[in-house]
Amino acid sequence: MADFVTLSNYLEHSAERFPDRPAVVDPSGLTLSYRRFDERANRVAHWLLTQGVQPGDRVGIAIPKGVDSLSAVFGILKAGGAYVPVDFTAPTERNRYIFSNCRVKAAIVDHRTTAIFDAPGEGGHQPSAILVHGGEEAGVGPSTPRHFTASILDQQPTTPPAVAPRGPNDLAYILYTSGSTGLPKGVMLSQENGASYVDWCSEVFHPTAADRFTSHAPFHFDLSILDIYVPIKHGAALYVISEELGKNAAGLGPFIQDNRITCWYSVPSILSLMTQYGKLEQVDCSSLRIVNFAGEVFPVKYLRRLRELWPHVDLYNLSGPTETNVCTYFKVPMAVPPDREEPYPIGKVCSHCESLVIGDDGKPVSPGAEGLLYIAGKPVLQGYWGDAERTERAFGTFNGRRYYNTGDLVRLDDQGDFVFLGRKDRMVKRHGYRIELGEIEAALYKHPGVAEAAAIALAESGGPVTIRAILASKPGVKLGVIVMKQHCAASLPAYMIPDTFTFLDALPLTSTGKVDYQTLKKRVGAS
Amino acid sequence: MNEIKEYLRDYVLREFLPGESRENLTDDTPLRTSGVLDSIKLLQLIGHIEEKYAISFDAHEAGNVALFDTIEGIANLIAQKR
Repeated sequence: MADFVTLSNYLEHSAERFPDRPAVVDPSGLTLSYRRFDERANRVAHWLLTQGVQPGDRVGIAIPKGVDSLSAVFGILKAGGAYVPVDFTAPTERNRYIFSNCRVKAAIVDHRTTAIFDAPGEGGHQPSAILVHGGEEAGVGPSTPRHFTASILDQQPTTPPAVAPRGPNDLAYILYTSGSTGLPKGVMLSQENGASYVDWCSEVFHPTAADRFTSHAPFHFDLSILDIYVPIKHGAALYVISEELGKNAAGLGPFIQDNRITCWYSVPSILSLMTQYGKLEQVDCSSLRIVNFAGEVFPVKYLRRLRELWPHVDLYNLSGPTETNVCTYFKVPMAVPPDREEPYPIGKVCSHCESLVIGDDGKPVSPGAEGLLYIAGKPVLQGYWGDAERTERAFGTFNGRRYYNTGDLVRLDDQGDFVFLGRKDRMVKRHGYRIELGEIEAALYKHPGVAEAAAIALAESGGPVTIRAILASKPGVKLGVIVMKQHCAASLPAYMIPDTFTFLDALPLTSTGKVDYQTLKKRVGAS
Repeated sequence: MNEIKEYLRDYVLREFLPGESRENLTDDTPLRTSGVLDSIKLLQLIGHIEEKYAISFDAHEAGNVALFDTIEGIANLIAQKR
C-alpha cells in the first residue's frame, strides 16, 4: 500500500525529476513548467482544504480545458478528493443534476457556468464553496459568501498540502455517462482504476520526457485519462487543444506541425474530418510517432487515407467502456488493403485486464463463438454512484471472480483478436460518446406536442452511427425538425441530439404493444 | 450574397435537417445554439465551405459560435473572404 503511486503522485514525481521542463501548454500559449504546474495544483488543494474538503469528497469542475482545469484536477486529487468533470457547454440543468447527484462539496466553475448553482439541485443540494474563474475579467464578482474569485488561489501556499496518502481503492474521479432511464449515471473510478490503465499505456507506448502529447477530448470523456496522466507521469509536455481549435479540421494539422506533437489521441470522427478537410498533405506531421483513436468505428476508407498520409506512425484503435476505460487494443497494419471495407477488429485484451466471452446460457463460449465481453481486473469500476442495484446488475461472477459485463457482443477471430458485432441493449456509441437511446426518448417525450417517440441508431455500411428520432404528434400539433432540435438542446448535450427526425401518424407496435424498433429501423433506414 | 445564402440553406437542409420545410430555416435561425449543428457537423460544414468557396477560416473564427450561428452570419463571413 505504501508503494502505491497515486495519480497526483505522477505530477509530484515529475516535478522533482523535471522541474524546468514544460508540463502544460495552455491554448492561450501559456506554458507551465513542472515545478510551476505542481505549485499551482498545490494552491488549489490548499484552498479546497480551507473550505473543509475531506478525503473522498467530490469536487465539480465546469470550466474549459486548460491550465486552470488541469490544476483543478490535480489540486482536487492532492486534497484527497475525487473530481467530477462536466461538459461546460451542456444544459445547466443537466450539470446541476450531476453535481447534486454525487453531492459535490465544492465546485470550480467560470462566469459562464456559475448558473449551475443559481438554484438548488436534487434534495436541495448546494456545494459549500464555489471557485469562479474569469469572473473578474467578465466584471462578475462573488455573488454570495460561498463564491470565491480565482485570485484567492494566489494567496495559497505553493507547498504540498498535508493530506494522508491515498490508496488504490480511494475514489479518484466520477465520469457521468448517458443513462437508460433518462438521467446520466456516475461511473466511479478509483485511483487504481486510473493508474492501472496509465501503467498499461506506459508499457505499450513507451512515453518519455521528450514526448509531446495532445489533449483533444474534454475531461468528462474517458479519453482524457490517457491525455492527462500519461504525459504527466513521464515528464512529457501536454498540449491542450482548445474546444475552438478542436472543431477546426484545417487547424489541427498545423497544430501538430507547429508544436512538433509526437502522440495524438482523439475520436475517429476528428481524424476522418482531418483526412477530408485538414489539408494534411500540405503539413509536416513527421514528428508524430503514435496516433490513438477510440470511441467509435473508424470508417475504413478514411482510415486507409490516414494510413497513406502518415505511413511513419503507429496507429492504434483503443476500445473499452468508461467502466474499464480501454480494455482491448488493435494496431492498424502498415497497409490497409484497397478492397477492405469491413472495420478492423477491436483487438486483443490489454495486459492489465482479463476477459471472458459469455454466451446466452451464461457460460463461457468456445473460442470463436459469439457472446458478451466481460472484463475483470484492476481497471474495472467501483460502481455507479448512489445506485447499488445498477452496480450489481453490471457484474457477473465466474469461477468466483467478478467480471464487468461490457454489453459488447464479440467473437474471437483466427488471429486472436476480438471482433465487435454489436449490442443487445439500446446503448450506442457516436463520436466516441456513449448514448442510451432511452435517455433521448425521455427528452423527446418532454415536448408537449409529442404523443409517441422513439430513437434508433443506424450505421450505414461501416460509416458513422446516426441517431434517428421518430415521432407521432398529438392531434392538431405540427412538429418541425428545427423546433425538435431546439427542444432537445435544452435538456441534452449536443452529442445526444438526434441527427434526423421523422414524423409518422403513429409508431408501429409489436403484438405485445411495445414500439417495434425492427420495423422502424427498416422504414427509416430505407428512407 | 443571396446566392450564397440559398446555397447554404440548401446544404444545411440536405445534410443536417432532412424533412424540415425550407421556410423554417430562415437567415437568422440559430444553428449552433439550437442544436442543429453539433461540433462535428460544424466541422463538416466549415470543411465544405472552405472547399466550395476556396477560402479558409482560422481557428479563432471557426470556434466563434456567434460567427457561425446563422446562415446570415456564415454568408457574411464567406462574402468578406472571397
